[in-house]
Amino acid sequence: MNSNAAVQLLPREAHTGRVTQARVAVSEWTKLHSLRSTRWSLLAAVLLTIGLPVLFAAVTSSHWGSMSADERAGRHPLDIALAGVNVSQLAIAVLGVLVITGEYATGMIRASFTAVPKRLPVLWAKTAVFAAVTFLITLPPVLAAFFASQAILARHDILQISFTHPGVTRSVVGGAVYLMLVGIFALAIGAILRNTAGGIATFAGIFFVIPPLMNILPTSWNNAITPYLPSEAGRQIFSLTHDSHSLAPWPGGLLFVGYCALALAIAAVLLVRRDT
Amino acid sequence: MEQLPSTRVIEARDLSKDYGDKRAVDGLSFTVRPGIVTGFLGPNGSGKSTTMRLILGLDAPTAGDVSVNGKSYRDLAAPLHEVGALLEARSVHTGRSAYNHLLALAQTHGIPRRRVDELIDLVGLHDVARKRAGKFSLGMGQRLGIASALLGDPSTVMLDEPVNGLDPEGIHWMRNLLRGLAAEGRTVFVSSHLMSEMALTADHLIVIGRGRKIADTSTDEFLSRASGSVVRVRSPQSGRLEALLAGPEVTVTRLEADLLEVRGLEASRIGEVASQGSLTLHELTPQLVSLEEAFMNLTRDDVEFKAAEVDRTEAAA
Repeated sequence: MNSNAAVQLLPREAHTGRVTQARVAVSEWTKLHSLRSTRWSLLAAVLLTIGLPVLFAAVTSSHWGSMSADERAGRHPLDIALAGVNVSQLAIAVLGVLVITGEYATGMIRASFTAVPKRLPVLWAKTAVFAAVTFLITLPPVLAAFFASQAILARHDILQISFTHPGVTRSVVGGAVYLMLVGIFALAIGAILRNTAGGIATFAGIFFVIPPLMNILPTSWNNAITPYLPSEAGRQIFSLTHDSHSLAPWPGGLLFVGYCALALAIAAVLLVRRDT
Repeated sequence: MEQLPSTRVIEARDLSKDYGDKRAVDGLSFTVRPGIVTGFLGPNGSGKSTTMRLILGLDAPTAGDVSVNGKSYRDLAAPLHEVGALLEARSVHTGRSAYNHLLALAQTHGIPRRRVDELIDLVGLHDVARKRAGKFSLGMGQRLGIASALLGDPSTVMLDEPVNGLDPEGIHWMRNLLRGLAAEGRTVFVSSHLMSEMALTADHLIVIGRGRKIADTSTDEFLSRASGSVVRVRSPQSGRLEALLAGPEVTVTRLEADLLEVRGLEASRIGEVASQGSLTLHELTPQLVSLEEAFMNLTRDDVEFKAAEVDRTEAAA
């Protein structure tokens, strides 16, 4: 170790220029990959995305002979292939919240905003880097889950579906797109609330508590409101079939994008205005 | 390109900050100049950290403004090259290594990795650079904070209580570093609640209490003002000297047969009086009041005085 008492003056350093959005993005990439929470959350998301469909496919295949006609009719190969997305979204959402609330909890945000005092480049870079990483990390397991579950179900012709069948490619790739948008939405909630527990609870409330509560409402209200909830609108991105009470993939997906944009806009306004 | 020294300043104008109904900073105006160490002295809770957060644009002032090198901090295109800051509150993600922490900050400005290694060596964190910062001792955390502050080779260095948690060796290192940075022509602004520490490091002092400025003066002048009011005089003709020194503002206490303690006169004045009366002096010593004590007297008097002034103003309104 360098001697503590040694007086060593600060070596000069060329002033390499200004803060740019691209440089902040590189910095955010370093921040993201240098934390254990990132690696664990993404590993969990990958394992769930592949593991659950493989498990469901195996169980379905082995019990097929003893299933009733109704039960068999209720099985759809794409539901099996994308079953993991519904669960891994929680890992992605937790990480999305943590990406920003972790900085508030530890005080890192002060260092970040001292280096980038305009602040918004930090929000944009965090969002872009996390979204890109989430999409690129979850796309392979989503594809793998589709082909693996199809392979496991190979002896049941009725459960076979081609990747080129209308809507299938969109649904499968849509699984990764959905997870990416969930990550963005969660990050924005984290930026608004600046608190890890509050951010995760709010996400869980919007995605897992409010939708079932809708069933308490009169059916006509339920049918009028539910399709427009973020979780329901977003789900259409990776759903092959759509009934009369759900939005089509594109309107649903765009509505979810709108929710993400709204949450990010609120986060941006608050980020610039609030004391740190 | 080197900037002109005159632009390397921190300048606060009527800076105020309220948190709810509590006024943390109250109409502060001051200028921090390059080439010297400026101490920012005040008791805990007097508004030093808040002022520094306002300088860095982390908090927005309720009134007034503060600029660094002539610009609001938020408008600096490359802030790490202009201001290096160490805040009192930890500003490091506990799960990230010291190396990655510094790297992430460096990358916002396109500062190369070589510089990160250089700073890690400079502050003596080489052996623990890859360990998570959450495992660091207070002193190691402080060294990491110093490394972050110096990363961009800034023209202004602003450190909030930098010797907190440092061992004696570290404190010595810090003093030399601060003096060296100032000698290189940088603006060095250092806060402390310890006057003894500031007396050793700072050339100039800005003293605040309850968010208000109490003094803005050279350290030497501040010390002499705080300690120069009591003088011990030893003279074989102490009786005649006592008579000559008598005056409305002067109190003379006899400690021994030939020893007087004089309040209200400078040592130089006492010497002159003795000389004019052809009296022999064996000792003439200004008494150093404990620095902390002097500081407490000064802040208490001033704050009470100003509070009384405000009450009168409010009563008149």
